[in-house]
Amino acid sequence: MIQYAALVRHPIDASALIERVSRPANGAVLLFIGVVRDVNDGRAVSGMEYSAYESMAARELAEIASEAAQRFGVSDIAIEHRLGELALEEASVGIAVAHPHRGPAYEASRWVIEELKHRVPIWKREHYADGTRVWVDPTGKPATVTP
Amino acid sequence: MSCLYHPFMSVTVLLFAAYADALGTSSLRLDLDEGATVTQLVGHLRERAGAHALPPRPLVAVNERYARADHPLRAGDTVAIIPPVAGG
Repeated sequence: MIQYAALVRHPIDASALIERVSRPANGAVLLFIGVVRDVNDGRAVSGMEYSAYESMAARELAEIASEAAQRFGVSDIAIEHRLGELALEEASVGIAVAHPHRGPAYEASRWVIEELKHRVPIWKREHYADGTRVWVDPTGKPATVTP
Repeated sequence: MSCLYHPFMSVTVLLFAAYADALGTSSLRLDLDEGATVTQLVGHLRERAGAHALPPRPLVAVNERYARADHPLRAGDTVAIIPPVAGG
């Protein structure tokens, strides 16, 4: 049984996440990768910077993994969230979930990313092509513009 | 005698992301009346420059756990003011 959750400052290795949750009993392995995209709210994005309340974020991630295991009967789950500066197309988050059957794996994977976005104290600042940077506020308008 | 005795306690406040930028620091210490609540702590923060960035009721964690506005604080607590989270 694997419940792995970590904040990392190196590129997320999708194959390594899959390996963590793979074992003979698991007939379904599901991988979700969140990626930095090039446009947000109509603005051209050139990169992204992630920061966190690291001690609390690590604990919340671990609790989400543990809760997912209980809620969906998924015994093997591995989560990594990256911090620091990311370029376009780099992975910001990776979630690997494995279960004997696909149904619970799909449900658990979706639940984990939604919980992560809802409660893990991580923030991101978008870098735009025009040189400005803005902290992203998913609840409303960006709050702070830094030239 | 009780009128001369005015106990207070010291807590650590952590600020992140847009809030840290606005208030110009990521960490500070506040002296509060003993038993002060999260709401009272936020009230003290509002006296500082840049506090306009804080919403009416910011999300708060006490010792790394999300806490309610009426949560009573204790000496030595670490109180994090949490901007809207944006992981993923």
